[in-house]
This record gives sequence, structure tokens and C-alpha cells, in this order.
Amino acid sequence: MKLTIPEQELMQSGHLACQGCGATLAMRYALKALGQNTVLSIPACCWSVIDGPFPYSSLKVPIFHTAFETAASAASGMEAGLEMMGDKDTQVVAWAGDGGTFDIGIQALSGAAERNDNIMYICYDNEAYMNTGIQRSSATPRLSWTTTTPENHPKETPKKDMVGIMAAHRIPYVATCSVAYPEDMVKKVKKAKDTQGCKFIHVFAPCPTGWRSAPETCVKLARLAVQTKVFPLYEIFNGVDYKINVKPAKPKPVTEYVKLQGRFRHLTEADIKQIQRTVDWEWERLLKMAEGCEETEEKKGKKKKK
Amino acid sequence: MKKVVMGNHALSYGAMLARAQVIAAYPITPQTEVVGFLSELCADKLLDAKFIKVESEHSAMAASIGASAVGARTFTATSAQGLALMHEMLHWAVGARTPVVLGNINRAMGPPWTIWTDQNDSLSQRDTGLIQYYCESNQEVLDTVIQAFKVSENERVLLPAMIVLDAFVLSHTSEVVDMPDQELVDKYLPRRKATYRVDPKDPHSFGNLTGPDRYYELRYKIERSMREAEGLIKEADEEFDKLFGRKYGLIETHQIEDAETILVASATVAGTARTVVDELRAKGEKIGLVRVRVFRPFPFQEIRKAIENAHRVMVIDRNISFGHSGIFYQEVKAAMYNQPRRPPIFGYIAGLGGRDVTPETIAEIIEDAGKRDRSEEDIIWIGLKP
Repeated sequence: MKLTIPEQELMQSGHLACQGCGATLAMRYALKALGQNTVLSIPACCWSVIDGPFPYSSLKVPIFHTAFETAASAASGMEAGLEMMGDKDTQVVAWAGDGGTFDIGIQALSGAAERNDNIMYICYDNEAYMNTGIQRSSATPRLSWTTTTPENHPKETPKKDMVGIMAAHRIPYVATCSVAYPEDMVKKVKKAKDTQGCKFIHVFAPCPTGWRSAPETCVKLARLAVQTKVFPLYEIFNGVDYKINVKPAKPKPVTEYVKLQGRFRHLTEADIKQIQRTVDWEWERLLKMAEGCEETEEKKGKKKKK
Repeated sequence: MKKVVMGNHALSYGAMLARAQVIAAYPITPQTEVVGFLSELCADKLLDAKFIKVESEHSAMAASIGASAVGARTFTATSAQGLALMHEMLHWAVGARTPVVLGNINRAMGPPWTIWTDQNDSLSQRDTGLIQYYCESNQEVLDTVIQAFKVSENERVLLPAMIVLDAFVLSHTSEVVDMPDQELVDKYLPRRKATYRVDPKDPHSFGNLTGPDRYYELRYKIERSMREAEGLIKEADEEFDKLFGRKYGLIETHQIEDAETILVASATVAGTARTVVDELRAKGEKIGLVRVRVFRPFPFQEIRKAIENAHRVMVIDRNISFGHSGIFYQEVKAAMYNQPRRPPIFGYIAGLGGRDVTPETIAEIIEDAGKRDRSEEDIIWIGLKP
């Protein structure tokens, strides 16, 4: 069988991530797809620590560490600067966590998306402020425990529909990925790299430390999130053409996913049923969005790189 | 070639002649003409730059830092609330050693809403590590943009710079400006060649986590570069003088040789003070003026030398550090404390929020100080309504 994932490793051992960290898998796969000609803009997030302290780096591509809310704007600046210096090949990638994307960085990201700046924005989503010690973000799912949403008062509101928000900017390419589906992820990051304009990739990256789950279940949880339809894998071209990449023939019940995580251990059977209803409703909604889109999206979405 | 140019356009022309490659800016009154005109210059291909029309000043500075980090010459401009919003990124620009040049139109801070001039916006950024120039004329604004890039991009400095001009009094006042010849500017300020840049061919991590064992020395290096900048600003000014016939210095002194009374002022207030000094000199009074042009790095030696022999020194501040006093006053006073010769120094607050500072205001200050042997008050308010 021919491997579709490039063998080149641009991430090295010696990084500082926790055991079973999904964010490191996300980086490793993303860099395999991006290749050497990449510069990263990384705001405050787990990865500003994972990379390693000065003077070390666990990556073989340059990183510009920037302030929490500036992943997108610093990336836009780097892209403009490189273009003016005659470098039109390097892909500038903003690499941020869910807090830096869904919350504090959303303004700068919206600006870059509206301008359709030629950057790729990758959000690795571990569903809370993990680097600061597991505080809720607007990416935290409803009813989840975090240190700011205690078990007797878990999060009341649903996870923000960041992908929907990005699609509403009508940028050329939006995709969701999972660290449990590396072939799918590499394909999407490559597709994004070949697309001119602003690209948004949302990677589901479990955090055993924050989710109170066993480190060895990282990939399993990421796969279950897809198989239970909690985190569907899909693409949106030009903000309107949807393509669902994985349609589980026999979707698993969400209980299989939540039972493996300490952050959900306080849930009652009724809570889990309610989560199941919401997941089913969201899935039906996604199917409707994708209706009639399947034939045309590739052609419409893919544009030649300048 | 001479042109009639408003202060804001002097900033734009400066960025054009310096061949800025990336501009990232967000509109705010009274800065809008700077970026409006730069957009036109870019659209008309008179300036080959990428203009990123960001959604906030915070992003303006973040994008400027990004562009500068990859090696591009980068310019931005703002005012008041916009500068305050940039605050976090001003620290970042300094720590990242990105030589961005920023034009700031001095506007008072709200609330209440105001658009008129005072210096509290730029002086609130005093401790970020930006070089700060306070300009008196549109010619000086334009020339300083070109000089500032030369100094900031020097790899012994690598610090961002702020060029400050008074809202409306200068930003919206048209003056005759001698436009430097582009060829000469190119000779004076060649394309930036950045040794340290974010480059995929030579990958490094910039700004990653640094512990107490190294951070301290990195701050020392910033201070050392600030001190280097002091000499390099003078050098750049001398070289500019040779090519263009104009120089400004760290401070500008006027009639101080035998002066018993010296006024210390900055920006357009200094221009008004100069006319008052000239009138009093004509009447035989031994009075002079020191205009502080470069505020960071603070020109200790030049200020000490200029005022040490005076009998009294009056510092005029269009700003205030609440609970203390005028900021230039604090700094001038502090510069003299350990010196063998220390004249009495008086601190006057005037013109906050764009209140006119007229020759009468200056005369009132001189008259008030004339009645005192030493300063017993830390703040003397001039023109305060009951």
C-alpha cells in the first residue's frame, strides 16, 4: 500500500508536551503536509511551551511567537513582508489553540479572513485553556467540567460554531480535521496550501491532561468524536459548498465518547441523552447544508496558487 | 522641490521616500490623512508597498511586527486611543527587536471624548522602549521619518521608533516643505538588509520561552541599544545635514549661551516659546530655549550642559502624570539631581486637551517664575479656569 503521508519529519523529539498530547500529533501531520517552506505565527497557547525554551526549538521551520490575540494579524504581516521581499512561495501559517482562536484572537482572525489575506490559519482545538490550567473557553462543550466550570455548575452554553463563523466570511477554504485521521488531515492541509487566499483548518486535538482521560486514549477519543458525530469531518468551499468527508455507517452513541473522559464524569443519563439529541440535530443540519453541494465543490474551491 | 504639505501628509511623504514596503494601519482622527494619502500613493503605484487595512490598531502593530520580523521596512500611524490599544504590541515590537516606524499624532485621552492635542498618549508609552521624537514642523516630520528608519534599522539598535506631532496644530497645518530628492534619500537610506529575520531557509524560533537566567540580559541589551541609538541619531542627523542641508539634534538650543532664564519645551509649544524668547531678547532679557526633540533615549548630557548655568529653568508640559507632575519636568529635574550645578527648576502644566498655548501663556509662565527664587510646588497650572 502506498503511503499518502510524507515521510519528512519537521517536528523533532525533545518537545515539552504532556503524554498523549493531541496538539503535537496535529503539528507533526500539518508540517508533513506543509513542508519546509513554512513559517509559523504562534500566539500564547500550549505550543508556545511545547516548542521548547530558548535557545531550543523542536521544529525545523521558523516560529515567530506573538501575543495571544495576534496569530492572524502577525501572520498577515509576515505574508505581506515576504511578498514584498520577493518570496511568494512560503506559506505563512497561524497556529493557535481554541482560546486564541474562538475567544481572544477572533477579531484579528475575522479581519484577516475578510481581507482574504493569503495565510493559512490552523486552530488546534483541545476545548479549553489547557496551558493556563484547564479554564473554559468558548470552544468548551456544554456540560463539560473545567477549573472555571466546576462539576456542580458545568458549562451551560454550547461550543461556539467557529467553522460556521469562518464560512460566513466566504473564504475559499474551511475544513475540519482530526488527529485520528492523518491521511484526511494531510490531504486537507495540502489542499489549503494550494488555495490562494485565507484558509481555516480546525483540528480536533484531545488533551488527556485537561479532559481527565488516559494518555493512551488520545487517538481513540479523536476517532470516537468522529464516529459519534460529535466532531464531523467536512470541508466548506467559498463559504457555501459543503462536503462531508466521513459519514459513519453505524454512528456510535455519544456515551462511548463521554464515558472515557473525567471532564464528563458528573453527567447523568439524562444529560448524555440531551447531548445525543443535540449531536443528532447538528448532524442532520450538516447533512442539509451539504445537500446538492457534492458535485461542484472541488472545482469551485480549488484555485491555482499565484 | 518645495511643496505645501499638511503635517499628516509629511508623515506619508516620509514613508514614501523611505520606500516603506509594508504599511498596516487603522483610521483614527486626527491621523486619517496619513493613511488615506498612503493608500492613494500605493494605489497610484507611487509607492510600491503592501497596505494591510487591518481591523484595529492592535492588529496594525501586530501585522507591522510580523512584516518587520521577516525583514521588510514597515510603517504605521495612529493616535491616542489607538496608541493605547497598541500598548501590548509596542512592548512586543521592542522585545522582538522589530524596527517599525510609527507616526503618532498627539491627541488627548478620553473620556470625555476629545480629539485635540496633548502628550499623554505618547508619554504613556514612555517605558515600552520605543525611540521617541517630538517634532515642531512639517519639514522636521518628513525628515525624521527618513532618519528614524536609518537609526532603527541599524543592527546596533533594532528598536521601533515613534514620531510624534501635535494634533491639528501641526497635523492639520500646511507648511512649505522641501521634498528631499528620491535618489539622495535612496543613497542615505538603502533597502533594509536584515541579518536576523524569520526565514524558512534558516529556521529559528523567535521569542520563545525565556527563563530568569537569560531574560535579564536581554533587557540589558535593549537598554544598551537605546544608548547606542543616542549617538546614532546624532550621526544620522549629521549625515542627513550633509546631503539635505538640515539637522535637528537630540535637543535644539536657542539663545542659551548667556541665558539666566531657560524655557524647556517640546513640539509646537517650543515654536511659540521661541518667538517669546526672541521678543524678550530684543528687550535685553537674558532668556533662552531648549527644545527636547528626542525624548527616548533621554539626552541627559545635552540637557545638563544646556541648562546647568541658568539661574532658573521653566519646563512646560502639555501632559501630566496624575499624582506626580509634568513628565518632561520630572525627567529634566531627575537629570540634574546628581549634578554639581543645579538651577532651580519650575514645572508648568499648560494646554491639556488642545487648550491653546499662546505667547501670552508663555509670558505668564516667565512672569510667574520671575517672582520665585525656587520652586516650592511640584505643579504650577497655567490658565486654569475657576
